[in-house]
Amino acid sequence: MSAPETSMRRVTAINNGTVIDHVPAGKALLVLKMLGLDGKMATPVSMVMNVPSKKMGGKDIIKVEDRELTQHELDRLALIAPNASVAIIRAYTVAEKRVINLGEEVVNVVYCTFANCASLGDREPLPHRMKVVSVEPLNLRCHYCGRPQDISELVENLL
Amino acid sequence: MSSLITMDDLTDEDIQNVLDAAERLLPVAKGNMHLPLLQGKILGNLFFEPSTRTRMSFETAMKRLGGEVVNLGAVASSSVVKGETLYDTIRMVDGYADIIALRHPRQGAAQYAADAAEVPIANGGDGAGHHPTQTMLDLFTIRQAHGKLDGLRVVLAGDLRYGRTVHSLAHALVRFNCELVFASPKGLKMPSEIIEDLTAHGAVILESEDLLNHIDDADVVYMTRIQKERFPDEDEYRKVAGSFALTADDLNNVKEDMIVMHPLPRVDEISPDVDKTRHARYFEQAFNGVVTRMALLCRMLEVEVPANIGGGE
Repeated sequence: MSAPETSMRRVTAINNGTVIDHVPAGKALLVLKMLGLDGKMATPVSMVMNVPSKKMGGKDIIKVEDRELTQHELDRLALIAPNASVAIIRAYTVAEKRVINLGEEVVNVVYCTFANCASLGDREPLPHRMKVVSVEPLNLRCHYCGRPQDISELVENLL
Repeated sequence: MSSLITMDDLTDEDIQNVLDAAERLLPVAKGNMHLPLLQGKILGNLFFEPSTRTRMSFETAMKRLGGEVVNLGAVASSSVVKGETLYDTIRMVDGYADIIALRHPRQGAAQYAADAAEVPIANGGDGAGHHPTQTMLDLFTIRQAHGKLDGLRVVLAGDLRYGRTVHSLAHALVRFNCELVFASPKGLKMPSEIIEDLTAHGAVILESEDLLNHIDDADVVYMTRIQKERFPDEDEYRKVAGSFALTADDLNNVKEDMIVMHPLPRVDEISPDVDKTRHARYFEQAFNGVVTRMALLCRMLEVEVPANIGGGE
């Protein structure tokens, strides 16, 4: 049995929902946190970690039942799993494939990690904007203060 | 109309053009000639932090060119203390003025203001961020002394960590292939992300915890103030500040045309006996703030500075 088949069979197929494949190995828990899937919701979530992958060496896979991820959620996902592939499943078949694309700017997904940034002032209404300097490795800079962002801290700064 | 937030808003050619225009405006800046290029225009001066030179030189620059100035005044007596957002303050002044000069304690405030305003924003310093109009007057002073900007050896000394002046200046000098020496005490070194940026642009940088060993082959020595509050105790401050200070005796073996600059205010880092040497340029530098800002105001307000001012063909 080939490696991909093995990894896909570790969790059962889902009827309706979202499959997130090619998450960097070990990052699945972080993805769940970013998507707000904290175990308090009613839908089942399955996850496998560190399965072999031809493309990535190792990867994580997440299956969320009865829930289709929105574009806003995908934008968040792009911060830690920019190469993840997302499939929307309906009646056990792939109804839609969604490509994650960070684009040139990430708007209103995270706020700046630099405490003295002007965008963090009380009630300031302009959007939180991060310029994407590079995707691999992920390098974001605040549009306003220009500071490079610490990606591990950014996860704590989700809007 | 474009704002000036960082030096990246100006191309190398723009920089030279603004410096050329500033040079032509010298007789106007000195009050020897009346040239109301900005008559009917209003500058909104929004200084959320104390400033003497930047605020006054913006005001002087506008008035020398026949324009008017409205001031935010003390933050304590403005709507800011009532909790007004920067966005609202900017939107309000946007309606009063044709251009806004902004200084703000938060980094990124100038970009934030530029996104909120219709009129151009001149960044007069945002937190530890940028101070491009200071950089332009520094470049003007250097070009005035050496006749060029290219390929000079420049020592930036003192507090390189918190000094926004030296951050912007270092970026600009690298564009003109200057060799840079960063001389600072251990805890006040140039931030690593700035060094990375500069190196990525091909900069030749030498970092040192010593100043005097590097001044003899320098074309420019740019001093900055080391602030007492950056140190745990007075003794530590005195020890460090003492080794990052210049006296006239230190200048015995320097190049004849080397210039000593300082954004001012100075405390102990340049002894008054340096003032009388041919190397001292910090007071001219402060004056150059007026003429450079005159040229920048014209550029941002899209008013051309005539090629011949006061002269014939």
